[in-house]
Order: sequence, then structure tokens, then C-alpha cells
Amino acid sequence: MIAIVDYQMGNLRSVQKAFEYKGCEAVIVDDVRGIRDAEAIVLPGVGAFGDCYRELETRGFIDPLLKHISEGRPFLGICLGLQLLLTSSEESEGTSGLNVVPGHVKRFVDGELKVPHMGWNRVRYPAADRDNGRQCPLFEGIPDGTYFYFVHSYYVAPEDCSVVSGVTDYGVTFASAVWRGNMFATQFHPEKSQGAGLKLIENFGKVVKNAAHASV
Amino acid sequence: MLAKRIIPCLDVKDGRVVKGINFVGLRDAGDPVEIAQRYDKEQADELVFLDITASYEKRGIMLSVVSRTAEKAFMPLTVGGGIRKIEDIRELLRAGADKISINTAAVSDPDLIARSSDRFGSQCIVVAIDAKRTAAGFEVFVHGGRTPTGIEAFEWAERANKLGAGEILLTSMDYDGTQKGYDIELTRAIAERVSIPVIASGGAGTLGHLYDGLIEGKADAVLAASIFHYQTYTIKQAKEYLKSRGVCVRDYEEVRI
Repeated sequence: MIAIVDYQMGNLRSVQKAFEYKGCEAVIVDDVRGIRDAEAIVLPGVGAFGDCYRELETRGFIDPLLKHISEGRPFLGICLGLQLLLTSSEESEGTSGLNVVPGHVKRFVDGELKVPHMGWNRVRYPAADRDNGRQCPLFEGIPDGTYFYFVHSYYVAPEDCSVVSGVTDYGVTFASAVWRGNMFATQFHPEKSQGAGLKLIENFGKVVKNAAHASV
Repeated sequence: MLAKRIIPCLDVKDGRVVKGINFVGLRDAGDPVEIAQRYDKEQADELVFLDITASYEKRGIMLSVVSRTAEKAFMPLTVGGGIRKIEDIRELLRAGADKISINTAAVSDPDLIARSSDRFGSQCIVVAIDAKRTAAGFEVFVHGGRTPTGIEAFEWAERANKLGAGEILLTSMDYDGTQKGYDIELTRAIAERVSIPVIASGGAGTLGHLYDGLIEGKADAVLAASIFHYQTYTIKQAKEYLKSRGVCVRDYEEVRI
């Protein structure tokens, strides 16, 4: 069972429906028990970094989330659900993140380019991955450079670039997807990215099935 | 590179699409959910529902349309029309809208822009501006274009930007419905003044108009109703045309996986 974490930050319905559309059972959970029992966790989120972290904290979700990720169980962060994995954000100075992916969240610089970065942009695989034939399981069957739907004003800058599984250009080249073991996160919204997004959702569903199989 | 967006808009009244729809093969041409699915398949970049239901009490109908759409169309959805307060926004977002668009309520209570973008994030707060040419420049109108406000459109756009709007949906009342093309002067002036994306609206009649709105008008996205609803052009034709003229659009086949 895939648990979509409800902490009153954003639209979960589309995420849930996308999983159901691909034949994966996904439930919206709003309590600690639901998170603890989950085979896989999906952490969506829109809003401000600090507000979201505080909501997770208030509801007692932080420790179960950290435990889930550290045990190598499948995790998918979407948009702010990616940013919250980092150490801190320029959006909410003084608030820490989950620090699972050391690094900072930065704001796009206002100027020539419009902020928020809103719309469809390409996700390319990092050159190092292309060179050594490594492919993130989330992108299986999805061509390099496929368009996904973005809407955000901040982007993640992980210290360890080996966790980066997708990059996107918008004034800067930023990490639009990260991956380590069974932990995945995307800056874009797969649930809003039509065919490519649904394929990614389906791929995450496969990761969940494989992980469940391996643990039996 | 960020692609320019092509956005069909549906006018919805009491849960039914009111402008003519010519899609072949639709079971129910007036059902916004079915039309949304159709545009999803055609790979429109986003979709806008404009609720023109006269009665505020019938708002529940739109919520149901939005939630049924979100179950079947996996694309960004903006909903506007008749939104008055934070609670209205919350309900629409929870039903499955990704962005909401406010117009009259933002003019009468500009702080609503700040409160809602603080609460839900500026990325989901679109400020819709209906502007009309006057001797002095461009004036903002509200109540579906019936009421002049005396507010200058450029200043209002800049103010909405500062208050926390994430995007501006700019409609030229002079050009809307004429199929003569977007008001390029208006669009460009506002696109150059704000730091947030601008959607050009009102007047698209040909594919060349879409190009003009994006390139001459410097809009980030173009909204159109008639040319897509009557199938004068498909989304695919629009994208192929724009691409042939060097505009960065999302390739049609690319997401066919």
C-alpha cells in the first residue's frame, strides 16, 4: 500500500488518482500510524517550506518519515516534497529541512526570466549517468529530454551531485529529480504531466512492488 | 528551455459548457469533464474552467465538475469565476484545481491576493485582469466586464504582482470574441512590467495570432476558446505551426509513451 501524506498542504487528489489510474492502491493518510504501516510513502506539497515543515512536525510525521527513508523503503517526494529533503531553504531561513539530502534550496533570481518557473520544461539525464549507462528506475522507458510540468520558485542544490537523476535548464541548470536507493523525488509534478508523468508514476509503482517482493 | 503554453478555456454554466463545442465523437459535448479529457489526450498544456454560473449558491456544481475532472485528466487545471474568499479557494484546490483565478474579488479586496498566496502559495493564485482601451490608456473592468473601476491596468498588474500573484491572466475586452488577434500592445506592456508569467487572452482567431501573442506580445502562454472548441485547429496543429516558426513548445509526440 502506498501512503500519500496529507498534512493539509495542497492537492492530493490528483496524486492519488494518478496512482489508481495506473492500478496502484494509494491511500491518503493523515496520521502517524498510516505512515508507519505504509510500504511506500508519497510526500507531495505546495506552499512555503517553513509552513510545510512545521505542519509535518506538528503532526509527528518527521521521525516516521526519516525512519522510512533510512530503512530504504520506497519514497517519492513531489515538488515541495523534494525540497523538504534538503537541509534548509532560502524561502524560510531558520527552519531546517529533513536533511536526508544535504544541501540548500535556492530561489530563482528575478530578472530576465519569470518566477515562478511555471509550465513544461525538459528533464535531461545527468551526463555522468548517460556516460556510464546508469538509469534511474523512475525514468525507465521515458526518453532523455522529455517535458514535465513544473510550478515552483525555488530549486534544490544537493551537495552530492551523485544523487541527481534529472536536470532542467531555467536560467540555471538545476536538479529536477533526485534518487538514492529507493528514495526518489521530483521538482516537477508527475501527476500533472500527462503521459510521461503517468509513466513515471507507474515506474514508482514497480519499485514499490519489487521492494515488497524483496522484503518477503 | 521552458515551453510556451497553449491553454484552451471552457466557459461553464451550471455545470455545462456553454460555448459551442464541435468535437466529433464526444458522448456529451456539453460535459466539461469529457471535454477536459479530450484536451488532455490532445496534449493541451493546461486547461482553464471559467465558471459563469450566475448564482453564488450553485457553486457546489463547479466543485463536483472539478473533482470529476481531476480524476480523469492528468494536466494542470485552473478554475476562475465567482471566487470571493479564502474558503472558496480552499474548496476548489481540495477538489483538484491546481490554480484558481480571482478577478472582481481581487479588485475589491486586493489583500485577498496576499492572504491567499501566503496561505496556498503564490504559484496557485492567478489574478485575472479584464482590460479595456480608453482615451487615457487601459482601464480594469470587473463583474465579467460590466463594471468600470477607474483603475489603470498596468498599475494594477504591477500591484497584483507585488501582492503575491503567481500569474496574470490578461483579457482584452476590446478584442475578446473578435477573432482579430490578441491586443499586442496591452499584452506586451504588462508582460514587460511584471516578473510573473502572463497568459494572453481574448481575440485568437488564427494560429498566427497565437504566434503574435507569444512573440510580439511576449506572453508566456496563450489562451483560446473558439478556435479549439470549433476545431478550427487542433492543439497539435497549433504546436506544429508554432514550432515551425521557431517557438519553443512542448513537442506533440514526445509524451506518447
